[in-house]
Amino acid sequence: MSDNLPDPMILVILLPLFGTVAAFVLPRAAPVIGLATLAAMTAAVVALGRAVAQAGAVSLPLAGWGAPLGIELRADGLALAMLALTALIGIAVGFGALGTFARARTSAGDGGQPTSRQRAFFWPLCLLLLTGMNGVYLGADLFNLYVMIEVISLAAVGLTVLGGTVTALRAGLAYMYASLLGALMMLLGVGFIYLQAGRLDFEGLAGVQPTPALSAAFALIFVGLALKAALFPLHFWLPDAHANATAPASALLSALVVKAGLYILLRLAEAGPFPGETLLKLMGILGTGAVIWGGVQALRADRLKLMVAWSTVAQIGLIFIALARGGADGLSDSWRAATLLILAHALAKAAMFLAAGRIKEVIGHDRIREFDRSPVRPTLAQFAFALAAVSLIGLPPSLGFIGKWSLMDGAMRAGNWHWVAVTMIATLLSVAYFSRALTGFLRFDRVRAPVTEHRGWALADAPPFMLALLAIGLGLAAAPILVILEFGQPFGVSP
Amino acid sequence: MIDTPLLPLVILLTSLSAAPVLFALPERKARLRTALNLAVAALKVMLVILLAWKASQGVIYDVRLTVLPGLDLHLQADPLALMFVTLSAVLWLVTTIYSVGYLEHGPHRARFFGFFSLCVAATVGIAMAGNLFTFLLFYELLTIATYPLVIHNGTAAALRAGRIYLIYTLAGGLMLLLGTLGLWGLAGTTDFVAGGVMAEVAADRPGAARALFVVLIVALGVKAALVPLHGWLPVAMVAPAPVSALLHAVAVVKAGAFGIVRVVYEVFGIDLAQSLGVTGPLAMLAAVTILYGSIRALSQDDIKARLAYSTVSQVSYIALGVALASPIAAIGALAHLTHQGVMKITMFMAAGNLAEGFGIKKVSQMDGIGRAMPGTMTAFTLAALAMIGLPPFAGFISKWYLAQGGLAEGHYWVIALLLGSSLLNAAYFLPMLHRAWFCEPPERVAQIPARPRIDLWLTAPPIITAGFVITIGVLANAPFSPLEWVRFIVDTEFDGGL
Amino acid sequence: MTEMTPAMIHGLAGIAVFGIGLMGALAATDRLRRLVALKLCAVGAGFVLVAAAWRTPPAAPDPVPHALVITGIVVMISAAAVALAIIRRLHSLEAETDE
Repeated sequence: MSDNLPDPMILVILLPLFGTVAAFVLPRAAPVIGLATLAAMTAAVVALGRAVAQAGAVSLPLAGWGAPLGIELRADGLALAMLALTALIGIAVGFGALGTFARARTSAGDGGQPTSRQRAFFWPLCLLLLTGMNGVYLGADLFNLYVMIEVISLAAVGLTVLGGTVTALRAGLAYMYASLLGALMMLLGVGFIYLQAGRLDFEGLAGVQPTPALSAAFALIFVGLALKAALFPLHFWLPDAHANATAPASALLSALVVKAGLYILLRLAEAGPFPGETLLKLMGILGTGAVIWGGVQALRADRLKLMVAWSTVAQIGLIFIALARGGADGLSDSWRAATLLILAHALAKAAMFLAAGRIKEVIGHDRIREFDRSPVRPTLAQFAFALAAVSLIGLPPSLGFIGKWSLMDGAMRAGNWHWVAVTMIATLLSVAYFSRALTGFLRFDRVRAPVTEHRGWALADAPPFMLALLAIGLGLAAAPILVILEFGQPFGVSP
Repeated sequence: MIDTPLLPLVILLTSLSAAPVLFALPERKARLRTALNLAVAALKVMLVILLAWKASQGVIYDVRLTVLPGLDLHLQADPLALMFVTLSAVLWLVTTIYSVGYLEHGPHRARFFGFFSLCVAATVGIAMAGNLFTFLLFYELLTIATYPLVIHNGTAAALRAGRIYLIYTLAGGLMLLLGTLGLWGLAGTTDFVAGGVMAEVAADRPGAARALFVVLIVALGVKAALVPLHGWLPVAMVAPAPVSALLHAVAVVKAGAFGIVRVVYEVFGIDLAQSLGVTGPLAMLAAVTILYGSIRALSQDDIKARLAYSTVSQVSYIALGVALASPIAAIGALAHLTHQGVMKITMFMAAGNLAEGFGIKKVSQMDGIGRAMPGTMTAFTLAALAMIGLPPFAGFISKWYLAQGGLAEGHYWVIALLLGSSLLNAAYFLPMLHRAWFCEPPERVAQIPARPRIDLWLTAPPIITAGFVITIGVLANAPFSPLEWVRFIVDTEFDGGL
Repeated sequence: MTEMTPAMIHGLAGIAVFGIGLMGALAATDRLRRLVALKLCAVGAGFVLVAAAWRTPPAAPDPVPHALVITGIVVMISAAAVALAIIRRLHSLEAETDE
């Protein structure tokens, strides 16, 4: 890397942080600042990607202070994939937000705050969120991750209440409490671990002998992170928060924020004597609960965004099942399935929330039962929604399919047919609830007025469509994605 | 340029890449859409002919894209693939012409033709899939692409049918996913190889091998409409006529039947399947389906419903011929894959013309319609006679070989079955022909001339396919006829066992 | 069991405070009460960390946990500020709808 420029790892975190400040100070220029920051951040991710591709894992002790005392940043294939995903979704949502907030200005807000404020605050919050996300991916010790996940929480709560309606504020406050509680549990767990092991960096944790007290500490961290990742039955805060936020905010929350908790769990699983067989079983069982409960609630949801939010609950459950599918011995392979599902869900869910936002905007409501009465049909947004659904259901060749395939393949090899069965149930449920919406899009005989298909291109139509296409198309690029994940060999040498 | 080792991919991409363009075309650009549709369909036929020619010259096509370690997206052009790909390309061209006429003023044409293209791309992918993984991929794509076509009318009835269709086919797709996973886990490969890949597995774990066979047959049996998995097919007839034609002749039902052929011959291998004792039950299932479909067809007054049950019955000839484990019966089965397609597409297009021209949807309304629509009804008559098994038409050839195969293997019940089925075919088709040609038309039909809509776009396609029905029967022994081609295929599948 | 060291007493006290806060957070219905309970949780967690710093007396305490506690306090204060802001906003919005 060049001597003049700072390390790309620092840039990846600092650029969005500076962007946050700049966008906050200059609200009028916020969209420009935001998009420029995203572009620069993407360039930094690419530079980091080249470094990782050459050297495997790279690490950087900040200001020369290494572990255990100082802060160390570390990037490997897994981190790189998540960084790239975040940059991509950030850009797509950014463009989507341009459209959403530009148009929202003309229509009167429904009892919410003036939309100019929404527009002004969206960018600083979005960039702050990305700062936290990137920090989580690159953090190499538990305490840093705690701080970063709190940064994410603050930004995420801000995004949740951005709409300014009473429902959004209530949902945001509930989210805040859940998130704080999760963070504090994590903090307590981190304290315990330091008490036992005397270190907090992942490298140091790898060599620690497991003791009951240490297991208790990890269990505490697990509960905290499960709360943040909305694993059933700790998902209670998610549906309201995600369904009531503005569409670009929902996309970020659902695609990225819940993944931070999952990512830390993955890193813990990589480092050490965690999670044990029992905890993995528990993850699988709770994941099953999430799949079923999330699926049933999605079937009952009366509003599109609420349904999409419940589907997130179900999908998170599936990711936990992917992690648990092969027991403790299978973790060295299960993380790939989990990561593929994380990537697939992030892309498809961001697309789906943006599309749902567009549909609501064009039709004027998002009540699923009344879609077929609408004389206006936002064709492109509906198409994007359908494509995203294909990936979330897990139909080939989407990335969601590849993730599900890896999940089922590993479960089968480990003899855990029950996880195969649960995955199939999850698929059927997702078909059932998504087809409720799709049927509404395609039914025409309940419309009184002549149907006008909304064919005009809006800028806001492009991001969900592109993301949905990626969610489908990247399934064919699963092999290169797996190669990238393998950089620096997270979880050791693959079997 | 065009002569590339990627030719199978090019063929797949012609319709796959046409789809987004067709989606994006504004509704009112009807001419441009028609031109594009016909151009792509014609181009595809030409490319397929080129592919078949090259393949018969010994060129081996093998296009691979690694998706997961050890799992490729694999397109190839073996004789079996070529047969199905030719069938779908040719019939697609005909159906495209028909659809252009049928939907001339209908709504949502952009959507229709977009999904129509995707549907054919999926069929072509199914045909050329070189392993079960690729097959699965296109099998699911076919489901997704046909669903919007089935519910195209957007009515409550159409959506109800669509829901049933989706439940059946996606459940079948899920079973196929399970089967593919099982095959991958057991055999370590999902490749289609003449003679099968399951020999070692079957030796070690015959129970697992049998279970896998059952899962795969159930998965494919949903689309192939084997009883009791056929429930969606009669319901799906609410679809527009060209869609029904495609569904029954090439796309969905055939994809299932074609998959059964692949699984029996190239996943298990016919000898292994026989020694596992799974072909007998499959033959019985097919026999039951043949009789059940025919009997149900008898009592249907709705023309399309009668044709649908007839499809249930007829497609199972393919499964029957495969399961009889005789090379000669296999010839009958594979020939029927082509023959049934050509016959059934003719009948559905004719039925569509009756509905469009005179609003005739029921058998009881068909009195004297032959005089009003002579071209359409001649085509229908030829196809019906062929379906019954009258020599020298296409259907006769299939039935003849099936019977021969049954005899050769000592399955005398097959003769009885075929006779019974043919009688039933006659019992439900002949009254239609009788009404059409020999009954006096009611006043209203005699007076109303055919609507101007029933133009050449609509009448020519069934007449063309009826021409195929005659030629492939009469010229069955000519080189490059479906029958000759099938003999060649069976020769490879049975390892020179002819 | 080892004998009770001051560090352990602090640690256990920290856990107890955290527990009280947790119960409060789960049981409280009032928004502000819930926030205060969560603050109590934070205090408990901080206690544990401070105790962790003092593992090997009489040597000088480990500075790392202290750094952690300070950071934790900062994070908690910002979170509380955001929560309070939302609560205020909610109160005024609900007052508007009541009128």
